[in-house]
Amino acid sequence: MVNENLVKDVVKEPYKYGFVTDIETEKIEKGLNEDIIKLISQKKEEPKFLLDFRLKAFKKWQKMKEPDWAALGYKKIDYQDIIYYSAPKQKEKISSLDEVDPKLLETFDKLGIPLTEQKKLTNVAVDAVFDSVSIATTFREELAEHGVIFCSISEAVKNHADLIEKYLGTVVPASDNYFAALNSAVFSDGSFVYIPKGVTCPMDLSSYFRINSGDSGQFERTLIIAEESSSVSYLEGCTAPMFDTNTLHAAVVELIALDDASIKYSTVQNWYAGDEEGIGGIFNFVTKRGKCLGKRSKISWSQVETGSAITWKYPSCLLLGEESIGEFYSVALTNNLQQADTGTKMIHIGAKTKSTIVSKGISAGKSKNSYRGLVKMGTKATGSRNYSQCDSMLIGDQASANTFPYIKSQQPNSEIEHEASTCRISEDQLFYLQSRGIEFEEAVSMMVSGFCRDVFNQLPMEFAAEADKLLALKLEGSVG
Amino acid sequence: MQSKMKESDPILEVENLSASTDNLPILKGVSLTVYPGEIHAIMGRNGCGKSTLSKIIAGHPSYNITNGDIKFLGENINSLEPEQRSQSGIFLGFQYPIEIPGVSNLEFLRVSTNARRKFLNKEELDTFDFEELVKEKLEIVKMDHAFLSRSVNQGFSGGEKKRNEILQMALLEPKIAILDETDSGLDIDALRIVASGIKKISNAQTGIILITHYQRLLDEIKPNYVHVMSDGQIIKTGESDLALELEEKGYEWTDNFIKET
Repeated sequence: MVNENLVKDVVKEPYKYGFVTDIETEKIEKGLNEDIIKLISQKKEEPKFLLDFRLKAFKKWQKMKEPDWAALGYKKIDYQDIIYYSAPKQKEKISSLDEVDPKLLETFDKLGIPLTEQKKLTNVAVDAVFDSVSIATTFREELAEHGVIFCSISEAVKNHADLIEKYLGTVVPASDNYFAALNSAVFSDGSFVYIPKGVTCPMDLSSYFRINSGDSGQFERTLIIAEESSSVSYLEGCTAPMFDTNTLHAAVVELIALDDASIKYSTVQNWYAGDEEGIGGIFNFVTKRGKCLGKRSKISWSQVETGSAITWKYPSCLLLGEESIGEFYSVALTNNLQQADTGTKMIHIGAKTKSTIVSKGISAGKSKNSYRGLVKMGTKATGSRNYSQCDSMLIGDQASANTFPYIKSQQPNSEIEHEASTCRISEDQLFYLQSRGIEFEEAVSMMVSGFCRDVFNQLPMEFAAEADKLLALKLEGSVG
Repeated sequence: MQSKMKESDPILEVENLSASTDNLPILKGVSLTVYPGEIHAIMGRNGCGKSTLSKIIAGHPSYNITNGDIKFLGENINSLEPEQRSQSGIFLGFQYPIEIPGVSNLEFLRVSTNARRKFLNKEELDTFDFEELVKEKLEIVKMDHAFLSRSVNQGFSGGEKKRNEILQMALLEPKIAILDETDSGLDIDALRIVASGIKKISNAQTGIILITHYQRLLDEIKPNYVHVMSDGQIIKTGESDLALELEEKGYEWTDNFIKET
């Protein structure tokens, strides 16, 4: 008996990041073929091994079919109608931030990611990616003192080719899936992180991805390597302007943790979600995977997914090293006509490996929100354990929530535990909070953040506050 | 039956109130006036409309007022939101306090208290100052500090939930408190704690409406008036001895009043 109109009003909110930066860009022609891939590689002055990597991936992609198993419905993507490289025009070689186009700096300023020396965030190093290229990376010298490499992947290809050649595609091979193959063929930029042996990264590292043009796709690629006994916390944020067309975003993220290393990867995804009628918005097809290669290594994913028209994303862990640990903490909020099919894969290969999955899905409006997860215990994963908890919250009576847990165990001496729940914000709960003087909107937002608390607790502090605000904003509107 | 207290203005006036839910009439012309310092008890069978009356006064959205008025401090509040009613000093103690998973009791109490304080033009309390205040109020209901770090009412026993309600009343310092079967499900010790808490919180400026089935709460808190409800109406009003008589003779005895009226 929830007052539907009130709830409907509350879940409306304008998108704050929908502006377009008017900047001259260099775009290549639409379409995808070998020549285009050669052109991208040439523009980036890449070594031959990388061009070969791209071309091989492209051949594989041509033979693959777009996956249709997800609980998603969307109009067919015309891959020949996309621009695969778009970069703001600027001087050939930029030696300092002073030479970056002020319009770009202003754009990131507006997004709350100031880059200039005077204004930059004090405790986080940022790599800012605009369409296909990285604009700037802050705190590079400071990080270099600790031996930490944090730069765009294009630079890493030039300056650390050995590491790229050794690790690129080892966690997510080009043949892994349709979108990973596409990304491997055309990826433009992204971040590269290398933490040397024994080093605890002195500050959080962060990449901010901004899509600006409406007709080009974004295909970023991130690679993080944590050597023995090192640790790093990495944050990722994303926004895009409001266009009435759909923009394709197909990223690949690869993480590698060696003995006793730990990587914490947090995402707040706020791509443009389309309007109330479902017009426009980002198609977000992302492959994120971490390899716990070393003994006692740990990879922890936390994500707050609030944007995109379509989200297809399963940050996963390959637990190879003995006693390695994989974690996945997720909040996915969908509203209006958004669709999300998200979850994780925890592949236990080594002995005594542990994984934890906590997923919170919130569906409002007419949206569709699915959790899809695989927990697999291999033959050698003796003494391994998994705990999964998947909770869904429905707001209003037109949204839907699904849970698809897949469990495969080839190891009798392992434990898998799965809990799931679905709840609806009830009128009684709202009335209870209201009858204690708490405004309707605040009551909804209190309950939503209460529902997500287990996940928010896992986020770095500034991120948790931002995530909380973002959810409140997404659910905010005028109470009718 | 005018009492000596009525020199001041009434806190609450319910005038010929009729209300329905899903087109089903629940209240059929209820009138009730509460003056400062008064304690009223409302008794009656399950389903007679007692709880509905309390929810409507608090502004529950499931009920439509089809006739009559509710006035609080002389102002008509028929169309006020529940939060506005609470902020201005109306408190409803729930018969079944609601569980809110994930929301910390402490934070809930603080936000709630500050909403009321803001209305009263009092300074809002930060977490530190609120800790001080809540410690003092916990004494009243003999609750352990550990309750504050749990989720609102989640995993609380029946008695703990009711004490949490009285704690909220102590923090909000309402002008009028409607306590809906606050005594049900309490053992005798818990009942005493709750009753003494209610007495400590109330004073000559506040009004209290106790909705109850049992004399035992009224032994602890002596009402000025007892109203008997049946089928959406108040069918008899008396002083505290009416409750005793009711306990002795049962609700069947009151059925005769309906025939009389």
